[in-house]
Amino acid sequence: MTVLSIEGLDARHGLLQAVRDVSFEVAEGETIALVGANGAGKTTLLRTIAGAHGPAAGRVVFDGSDVTRLRAYQRVRAGIALVPEGRRLFPELTVEENLLVAGAHAGPGPWSVSRVVEAFPLLEPLRKRRAASLSGGEQQATAIGRALMTNPRLLLVDEVSLGLAPVAVDAVYRSLATLIESGATIVLVEQDLARGMAVADRVICMLEGRIVLAGAADELTREEVTAAYFGLRSGQEAGA
Amino acid sequence: MSWANAVDKGILLGGFYALLACGLSLMFGVMRIINLAHGDLAVLGAFLVWTVVDHTDVSPFLAMVPVLGLMYGVGYGLQRGLLERSLRAGVLVPLLTTFGLAIVIQNLLLEIFSPDVRSLGGRAGAVTTASWRITGDLAISELGVLILAVAIVVLGGLHLFLAHVPAGRAMRATAQDVDTAELVGIDSRAVYARAAGIAVAVAALAGAFLAIRASFDPSSGPTQLIFAFEAVVIGGFGSLWGTLVGGMVLGVSQTIGAEIDPQYSVLAGHLVFLSVLAVRGRGILGAREAIA
Repeated sequence: MTVLSIEGLDARHGLLQAVRDVSFEVAEGETIALVGANGAGKTTLLRTIAGAHGPAAGRVVFDGSDVTRLRAYQRVRAGIALVPEGRRLFPELTVEENLLVAGAHAGPGPWSVSRVVEAFPLLEPLRKRRAASLSGGEQQATAIGRALMTNPRLLLVDEVSLGLAPVAVDAVYRSLATLIESGATIVLVEQDLARGMAVADRVICMLEGRIVLAGAADELTREEVTAAYFGLRSGQEAGA
Repeated sequence: MSWANAVDKGILLGGFYALLACGLSLMFGVMRIINLAHGDLAVLGAFLVWTVVDHTDVSPFLAMVPVLGLMYGVGYGLQRGLLERSLRAGVLVPLLTTFGLAIVIQNLLLEIFSPDVRSLGGRAGAVTTASWRITGDLAISELGVLILAVAIVVLGGLHLFLAHVPAGRAMRATAQDVDTAELVGIDSRAVYARAAGIAVAVAALAGAFLAIRASFDPSSGPTQLIFAFEAVVIGGFGSLWGTLVGGMVLGVSQTIGAEIDPQYSVLAGHLVFLSVLAVRGRGILGAREAIA
């Protein structure tokens, strides 16, 4: 069953067109890795899906209804959650408050502060700490936990491992793997191709705002994705 | 009058200034709007309480209740209808908007109520003139204590609201990062409107106490705005308890100035304000957090 369907989406930053005529679908329970070089439009695409950035054209259909005109907070309440680039925790709130503030408008679902702490055990001793005082990995865990607190049907994770120590990346991916096993629907942006391809069912590669390659993760080779990533001709035949 | 008397009067006056200032501080802390109409909204509150008292003959303290509710609605509506739009145009536009609003309120009050100076002091009962005599020449005004107590209750209530109530937590989150607040399901426009509602209601409360402890007319607003500003800046912008400290420092400066020479009262307040600004620009309890 299709949870999210993107139809002919365009998004701009002033004169710069960051996302050009992008269309794809996400099925229930699927994990998609969105890859591409810096400036390929991945972050803008996720922000447009979440409602943080207004589209210039196209539609975002979530769960069968058109959410293109809805504001970000309304999409959260409908079931779309974004873990933004750079974590963006509320710096002066404690870890627990960061979670609670997101849980206040949550739809029905399994997530609570205690469930999040169970899923990310590293957060247990940090509950009363100010978010600004956390390390990068702890912040990323809190940010993912905060998004989960809204009981999303679709979780968008921007730059999962950017700026994190390798140990922290491992911890974050262990938790993501648990989520994926539990049947969550996830779209994640990942710079590390190997990691992205390892967890995802499907890989979508963007270049200059367009989807240049999309396919099942186990059918694509690293070389094909790399070629598409850098815009070499051989990678483009697969299409969207 | 002794120096001790001047200090105790100043501290009580500080309670009034804190009440006047905390709405200004809240609006700046949550949505970065410097509300130049704050003093005039307080005076509007005073006129509304005066109108209720005039028509129903109830005590001003009772008349405040419906006025506070009404002024919460006025603040909510102002944010949704006016300030929200101007915020979209950048940080300077809300400043101009509230400046214009101040002029509109002053002129409407002048048109409706005439420039007569009024006071509710005579309608508030014995509390306005009563005092507790501590020693021979040291007396504490009951009304002053009442206003200080109200200020502490309001500031304490706001503090508890922001720290422990979900809507307050959402307000702090929105103050820190409005885009991300939307991404966790917070309707930031509603949060802003609630903050403006609280700020304007508390301004009206201060205006009502201004009317009881002194006198007011349609042009009283700007002076009150300056005192509120000074209290906020001395205490530290964005810090609620700093507002109380700032109010007291301003109040004591004014009463000690008046002790030296009655002409120096307001001037002494200004001088202390300028010295704090020069020595410690972020105020005595300068906030690390936007609203704490």
